[in-house]
Amino acid sequence: MTSKWVKTTFPKGLHYLSGNEAAAEGAIAAGCRFYAGYPITPSSETMERMAIRLREVGGIFIQMEDEIASISAVIGASWAGAKATTATSGPGFSLMQESIGYAAFTETPCVIIDVQRAGPCTGQATKVGSGDIMQAKWGSQGDYQVIALSPWSVQEMYNLTLRAFNLSERYRVPTMVMADEAIGHLRETIRIPEKVEVWDRKKKRGGPPFGTEEEDGVPPMPVFGEGERLLVTGSTHDAFGFRKTDDPKVHAALVERINQKIIKNSKTIIETEDHFLEDSDIGLIAYGFTARTSLYVVKRLRKAGVKVGLLRLKTLWPFPEEAVREAGRKVKKVIVPEMNQGQVAGEIKKYCSCEVIPLGQTNGEVIRPEKIIEALKKI
Amino acid sequence: MVRAMEKYIRPGVKTTPFCPGCGHGILMGLILRAIDELRMDMKKMLFVSGIGCAAWIPSPHFNGDTLHTLHGRALAFATGAKLYNSDLCVMVISGDGDISSIGGNHLIHAARRDIDLKVICANNMIYGMTGGQVASTTPKGSKTTTTAEGNPYRPFDLCKLVEAAGATYVARYAVTQPVALVNSIKKALLHVGFSFIEVLSPCPTQFGRRNRLDRPEEMIQDLIRRCILEEEAKGLTEEELAERIITGEFLTCQK
Repeated sequence: MTSKWVKTTFPKGLHYLSGNEAAAEGAIAAGCRFYAGYPITPSSETMERMAIRLREVGGIFIQMEDEIASISAVIGASWAGAKATTATSGPGFSLMQESIGYAAFTETPCVIIDVQRAGPCTGQATKVGSGDIMQAKWGSQGDYQVIALSPWSVQEMYNLTLRAFNLSERYRVPTMVMADEAIGHLRETIRIPEKVEVWDRKKKRGGPPFGTEEEDGVPPMPVFGEGERLLVTGSTHDAFGFRKTDDPKVHAALVERINQKIIKNSKTIIETEDHFLEDSDIGLIAYGFTARTSLYVVKRLRKAGVKVGLLRLKTLWPFPEEAVREAGRKVKKVIVPEMNQGQVAGEIKKYCSCEVIPLGQTNGEVIRPEKIIEALKKI
Repeated sequence: MVRAMEKYIRPGVKTTPFCPGCGHGILMGLILRAIDELRMDMKKMLFVSGIGCAAWIPSPHFNGDTLHTLHGRALAFATGAKLYNSDLCVMVISGDGDISSIGGNHLIHAARRDIDLKVICANNMIYGMTGGQVASTTPKGSKTTTTAEGNPYRPFDLCKLVEAAGATYVARYAVTQPVALVNSIKKALLHVGFSFIEVLSPCPTQFGRRNRLDRPEEMIQDLIRRCILEEEAKGLTEEELAERIITGEFLTCQK
């Protein structure tokens, strides 16, 4: 499987955009030509931009009646051959979970952009939170894998949305961009390149579309209208898509393969960033907007001679176990600032051999540097 | 089914899963007959279904692209596929509970948008696959596993619902009206816009057995007796009309 380089349709160079706008541009750059969505604060700007841009590039846009219809239409379009996406926030993300499970089990490439807000429930619609991290992985019933990326800048809303499409196509898996209100509404200057690297789903006539002996565990994906007589179903199925709702071997094999497909390709999928950890006693592990604050704290304290470093998680699922293990070996204690009650801290505890101190905050606001500095002082 | 229809059945498929006496097998054959009479190319068709017995009509039996989706969501999936690839002739085949209960919201919006989908709603007035619970189409007073005292609520008139929502071809027939039904399906296939055909299909196992129509042939005879055309309805008293089912083509709009 190889990628190709394509020209972007947006003029290359510097642009001043919001995170939500940049995500739309990243999607278009990746080749997304179908959007079905529903308005929800604080993500609606992405949909509004896609409505205009898709028309410009000859794509299809539709505002659906609810989030369930939106993600369902995205999956239907994906099987008709489209790179498809929808943007939402917490409440919409919750509604989409059943369909996300469908996409995972049928191995349908699709991208879901979750611009997280303060929850639970309706919460504070215009305020920030990171409360959907666990939901991204475990939101639907059963055992499946997803890929979830965590952008920390408007540039990354562009880059990681583009990456999300590429990963989704390569691994035939629903991929989330776990953004938040802070990043979504932030405006920064970003650089749009002249060309971007784009991956397309594997093609092969005659399938089988749901089974493979290949190394990467990813079967080819024919689409509707090619005469392949596809059998796409959310029931347990064999390699050709025949429903096999009685056979324990088939169920075990399918569940195993869709999970292993992502787990064994973790090295290619996972991205993390290490700032000063080699030379640190304390480590911060953070992601998204909070990682910006964390890096600021690290740089400020280093100037004062404090040996602190940062592990930034650019990928949240599959979880960067190895990077966390390594960090745990380098430092004596780890602090995890996040805008929830310790969702990622809990995962970190599984793999980190040193002490992990969660620093959760759920007040609808971003974590300020002072709060992290306070916590570091206490140690 | 005549041998000529075999080309529309997926190789390897030998039997249907339907109960003895189920109307869905008849409906399956009539859909294929309509496709055959129009000489349609199954390669250009997409069959989308939800969850339930009727959803198993196209999947895996039909020898074309099939999309077996989530309960109630067939119309939303179909909308995505059709909008992205308008060359596909998209037919949605699913049950009454799937399409009008859990799928109700998607039904009225797909009709409102007049998206070119051919919807065959197999109405057996019950949730058959899950064992006989009451549905949005179950007649008032009927006994089901969740309405032992008789269904307290009235059912939808699906055709009126869909017409009000914006569909541009609306019809209702029973599997006991095969000639009219095949012609209606052909019309829907050729219609450009949202077509909806409610097909009354008996479920002796879950509905009939609990409502004094124990044997499949009793349900068939009951349908034959009760299904009338709009013209025939004119001469009847209110009492006579109460237990009749009005069938026919209710709406045909040209674009």
